[in-house]
Amino acid sequence: MKTRINAIGREVPLDVRGVGEFVPYESPFGRIDTFASRSVTHARLRVAERGQNKVTDSLEGAIRKSGLEDGMTISFHHHLRNGDAVIPMVLEKLKEMGFRNLTFAPSSIPDSHDCVADYIECGLIGRLYTSGVRGKLGRLISSGRAGIPVVIRSHGGRARAIEEGTISIDVAFLAAPTCDSLGNISGSTGPSACGSLGYAITDATYAAHVIAITDNLVDPPIKGRVSIPQYRVDQIVRVASLGDPQKIATGAARITRNPSDLKIAENAFRLMKASGIIAPGFSFQMGAGGASLAVSVYLEEYMKKKGIVGSFGLGGISGHMSRMQREGLFKAIFDVQSFDAAVTESMSENPGHVEIDSSWYANPFNSGCLVHNLDCVILAALDVDINFNVNVLVGNDGALRGASGGHCDTAAGARLSIVALPSFRGGVCSIKDSVRNVTTPGETVDAIVTERGILINPLRKDLLESAEFTKLPVIDIHDLKRRIEKMTGRQDPRDSVNGDIVAVVEYRDGSLIDCVRQVEDL
Amino acid sequence: MKFHHKIRTEVSLLTIVAASAGTLESSDCLVTVVPAEVDGIRYEGANRAIFLNRTEKIAREIMERYPIENASIRIQDQGALEVTLRARIETAVERALEGARQ
Amino acid sequence: MKREERDGKRRLCRSMLYIPGDSPGMIQNAEVFGADSILLDLEDSIAESAKDSARKMVRSFLSGFDFGGLFVTVRVNSPDTAYFERDLREIVPCRPDAIRVPKCGTPADIMAAKALIAKIEQDSGIPEGSVKIHAMIETAIGVENAYLIASASERVSALTIGGQDLTADMFARKTREGWELFYARSRIVMAARAAGIMAFDTVWADINDSEGLFSETKQIVELGFDGKAAIHPSQIEVIHKAFRPDAREAARARRIVEAAERALREGKGVISVDGRMVDAPVVARAERLVEIASLYEYEEDNTL
Repeated sequence: MKTRINAIGREVPLDVRGVGEFVPYESPFGRIDTFASRSVTHARLRVAERGQNKVTDSLEGAIRKSGLEDGMTISFHHHLRNGDAVIPMVLEKLKEMGFRNLTFAPSSIPDSHDCVADYIECGLIGRLYTSGVRGKLGRLISSGRAGIPVVIRSHGGRARAIEEGTISIDVAFLAAPTCDSLGNISGSTGPSACGSLGYAITDATYAAHVIAITDNLVDPPIKGRVSIPQYRVDQIVRVASLGDPQKIATGAARITRNPSDLKIAENAFRLMKASGIIAPGFSFQMGAGGASLAVSVYLEEYMKKKGIVGSFGLGGISGHMSRMQREGLFKAIFDVQSFDAAVTESMSENPGHVEIDSSWYANPFNSGCLVHNLDCVILAALDVDINFNVNVLVGNDGALRGASGGHCDTAAGARLSIVALPSFRGGVCSIKDSVRNVTTPGETVDAIVTERGILINPLRKDLLESAEFTKLPVIDIHDLKRRIEKMTGRQDPRDSVNGDIVAVVEYRDGSLIDCVRQVEDL
Repeated sequence: MKFHHKIRTEVSLLTIVAASAGTLESSDCLVTVVPAEVDGIRYEGANRAIFLNRTEKIAREIMERYPIENASIRIQDQGALEVTLRARIETAVERALEGARQ
Repeated sequence: MKREERDGKRRLCRSMLYIPGDSPGMIQNAEVFGADSILLDLEDSIAESAKDSARKMVRSFLSGFDFGGLFVTVRVNSPDTAYFERDLREIVPCRPDAIRVPKCGTPADIMAAKALIAKIEQDSGIPEGSVKIHAMIETAIGVENAYLIASASERVSALTIGGQDLTADMFARKTREGWELFYARSRIVMAARAAGIMAFDTVWADINDSEGLFSETKQIVELGFDGKAAIHPSQIEVIHKAFRPDAREAARARRIVEAAERALREGKGVISVDGRMVDAPVVARAERLVEIASLYEYEEDNTL
């Protein structure tokens, strides 16, 4: 395999067997800025018989009718989170029908779906494109036992890949919380309501064949918001249940009481304030993690007190963010993925709550994605390194255990990108000499905020000055690393011999930023 | 793996009794010392991949300070800091010795 | 404000958080809780069966952990227990900022502890007097001997009241307002001030009643205490809030300190503020208030 060292010093392959050629990562916007225009693939136009009945109770029948063949590409969305029963249901049926060597290209894989590992081992899945991999599946891939090509993409990167045709979806199996008999789909109503169907919208637009799978088939017209219109849906399969509603619409996340997380949140908020970014027209994205949510509590209080009205909240939307919008602190929220049940309700009732697709959210290769209009994002991480590179994919043992998500998209787009994480976790220092895997390049990370101090990227001298001017607890990343390693001890040196490449990690522009290597004893 | 006992000549070696210290709560570790025919250290937990050598070194250093042999030590690490590991290992060993003296 | 800047002549200890000595998960977060100081406990929060492991844990943290400049006190078991001496032998060589000695009733108790600590300091080659004593008063006899205890040794740098045991020893009934401790608190502050040392108040036991904690803390601030112990991290913020001087009070204190500095510069013996003369004790109190107020500077333009 031919490899090359990319701009951040990572060895990446120039081609991946069974997938195609890749270019090495150069810079956050280099490739994007050189594309004045680009061609977008066209979905094969579908003409349905007039008056055709799209509804069937037979998943098998629908699959046959879709024209799916061995080696083709199937897609799913992960909006039902850990409550999803559609991915296992469809994969089991495909296995039963004897399919082989399919390219499995979901928007991501919920943590609970260890079963995907079995479908790789039995030969049903021959290629895997996803945002994230965890658990048993992560160990299978990292150990090298999966033996199939794996490409990890960010949400924006996946939208780009679908639009440009790199991912060419043959059949999209879309869990539809509500679907009318014409094929109009809504994510925000029904027993399996999940809110936004942002990732599925992109799939429905570009897939050659779309099968909606629903447990809530209604007579037309569908009430409320239409996530995916009927003209993109070829067939509708009626099933008893899409999954476990308890795990689909989780209760609103509680504000953390963990003192370390609270301190991180306080520091992150103070940095946002010092940067001067919290002003009228402010736009903001936060993650679902404990510290992130707590930041928004500080933010809410501050915006209220100062009478600041922001422009929009973006991204995965939490109940807290949607409340801030209802209270008038943000004019709108653009929701590509809803985090909890409170959001689902807001989406069906609130005109300021806008459902967006993944291209609108984060695709770098279009005429403007929202992450490029973002003022500030708070991001999580597994660990970081002294060059501010961020790893959200690979655990300390080398196994895949995370998702790329919108991490590198928002870090690149936002004017202020803050990575919030504890300085040590589970007895291990979070600041490495070099992270095991780079998801997000350090040059797009403005600051790392921990409970024991704020680390500012030396590239952001302006930010460093404002932070020091307001007496924030700024500390050099090397100093904090030394301090923490005195407590945790230094990690055993890693074997210098690199394992085989078991997965490649795309940057949002399609270049390879890193790859994941085989680890023997998992 | 063998422990070296510098003080072996001065203090008669004691046969230890099984003892443990610590918990399986996060940021802690559970250390168990049992009599064994062969001395040994078993380090378990999520941090094994990165802290195996470090932990064995710490455990050996501590064991060498005590007049024991034929002890097997098991460390179940729940993300303990070095200071915590040290405290738990020392407590477990001292309890094992204390039990032997009685 | 950075810790070093606060470490000046007398460290401000508005809040002192008790952390059980056998809880590494909490101890490693000590710096993050936001307390001005922490009390690593070997006494009441530790079961008999865990005395040895807690002692080991505290010792290990003191000798190998970076507390980020926190003021660290260790509460040892009381002198009438078999643990007292073992606690001191293991802990003193690690040089905590102070040892909190429970159940001090007479100056003799201090002398005994002092002798033992001095011996251990000597044996382990650390300068004599390194480790201070915070004497806990939690008996009627202790209250009545407060000044004698406070002034028994240079080593005693604070008196602290142990409310629960004292209430029992008095045969008093505990009230939410805490008036049964009014005399003892007043006496202890007075004794501490007379001896030139600090005075710390007891814990507020109901962690769900932060209103009660706030009003009690307000009360002990008014009595003159330097700080109050906390048994839960959530109490720290409440205690700090109660210690915050109001804006007018802080402004006046600043004017007094400025006037005093001006008088010193200009060699004047008389200090006058707002048309009134002020004396040395007023200046001293004002300096302390200004120092406390400075801890809240950041919060002034903030919603935090």
